[in-house]
Amino acid sequence: MASNTQDAAHGAAEAAHGSAPGMPQLDFSTFGNQIFWLAIALVAIYLILSRVALPRIAAVLAERQGTITNDLAAAEDLKAKAVEAEDAYNKALADARAEAQRIAAEARAEIQVGLDEAIAKADVQISAKAAESEKAIGEIKAGALESVKVVAADTAEALVAALGGKADTKAVAAAVADRMKG
Amino acid sequence: MGKLFFYVALALVVVSGVLFAPEHAALAIHPMDQFNVASLTGGAVSTFAITNVTLWLALAVICVFLLMVVGSSRRAIVPGRAQSIAELTYGFIYKMVEDVAGKDGVKFFPYIMTLFMFILMANFLGLIPMSFTTTSHIAVTAILAGLVFFTVTIVGFVKNGVGFLGLFWVSSAPLALRPILAIIELISYFVRPVSHSIRLAGNVMAGHAVLKVFAGFAGALGLFSFLPIFAITAVYALEVLVAFIQAYVFTILTCVYLKDALHPSH
Repeated sequence: MASNTQDAAHGAAEAAHGSAPGMPQLDFSTFGNQIFWLAIALVAIYLILSRVALPRIAAVLAERQGTITNDLAAAEDLKAKAVEAEDAYNKALADARAEAQRIAAEARAEIQVGLDEAIAKADVQISAKAAESEKAIGEIKAGALESVKVVAADTAEALVAALGGKADTKAVAAAVADRMKG
Repeated sequence: MGKLFFYVALALVVVSGVLFAPEHAALAIHPMDQFNVASLTGGAVSTFAITNVTLWLALAVICVFLLMVVGSSRRAIVPGRAQSIAELTYGFIYKMVEDVAGKDGVKFFPYIMTLFMFILMANFLGLIPMSFTTTSHIAVTAILAGLVFFTVTIVGFVKNGVGFLGLFWVSSAPLALRPILAIIELISYFVRPVSHSIRLAGNVMAGHAVLKVFAGFAGALGLFSFLPIFAITAVYALEVLVAFIQAYVFTILTCVYLKDALHPSH
């Protein structure tokens, strides 16, 4: 790793100090030079670090910590808001459901009332119609009985006539009436 | 694809080994030459001369500036790559200081960060081939360790007064043992800066020297130079690890010593 200049310098140093070609670390003639420049380098590094680098990095780290803390707090806030919003939503949903049920019940009651009215009206009409029909049926029945009497009397007279007799209309009518009862 | 590349590279190594075999395969390895301090302008290495030390220290400062200042210049809430690395480094050292040295150690954070950034950048810059590794020199690491030693000692006495000497008086030990332990503690306290500095310089220097030795073998072995080249690759990977770990170790030991100064009781 030694360059030619270093070799040459080493030779020169050896010639100058006459020291053995041992460890350059123990060549005390270079100590002053090394210590002088080391002091300057250390002071320079100390100033660079303490005046500029370390405060800046500390500030950046603190700022980052602050940002992270703020972000976490903001996230916590947003989470609370989300929970709040969800609660509000659930409440609105429950309200709407109750309202819907109320409206449905109301509508049902209204319809029931209308229905009952209609049923009552229909019942009245039906009973009226039934009475009318009964009356008509009674009339028809009476008419039919009368017709049966006439037909029976006519038939009896015709039968009597066919047998060669002379039918007494009044007796036939009485007999028919008598049979009709029995 | 990777396999093909591997075979092509192997063939190239063999062919070049045959074609460019050194005529005199003498082992001319100078593993320590890379640590020479030399003036860039020529002439002697006087105290204020501009040397390769100056150059590579300046590059380390520039790298720290690029990473920590330019990298974080966008101040983005969502960081980019450079800013991420800068923030990770900041967080890594800050947490280390806070965990090891305690809450009241945090006001020393800029100093410890300075040490870590300098050692880290110097170590990594030293891994560039042909570069000069400033942290491989005991002069540099001794100053770093000495700074830590004197800072910690002064802080210890300023914060705790004479109570700082309690660090050497192990009150949990039996009374008869305490003076002996105090002597051991005292010796270990003064050995701290020595081990602190030699650990860093020694690790970095040894790794670089090993790389250079293998490089010398690669030059001398001709056809079989692929063997040391594999070794260089492996050692280089290890050195990348060492470059970070030594910076980390130096820094965490600084924090431990600082903790002793702030809370000297055992």
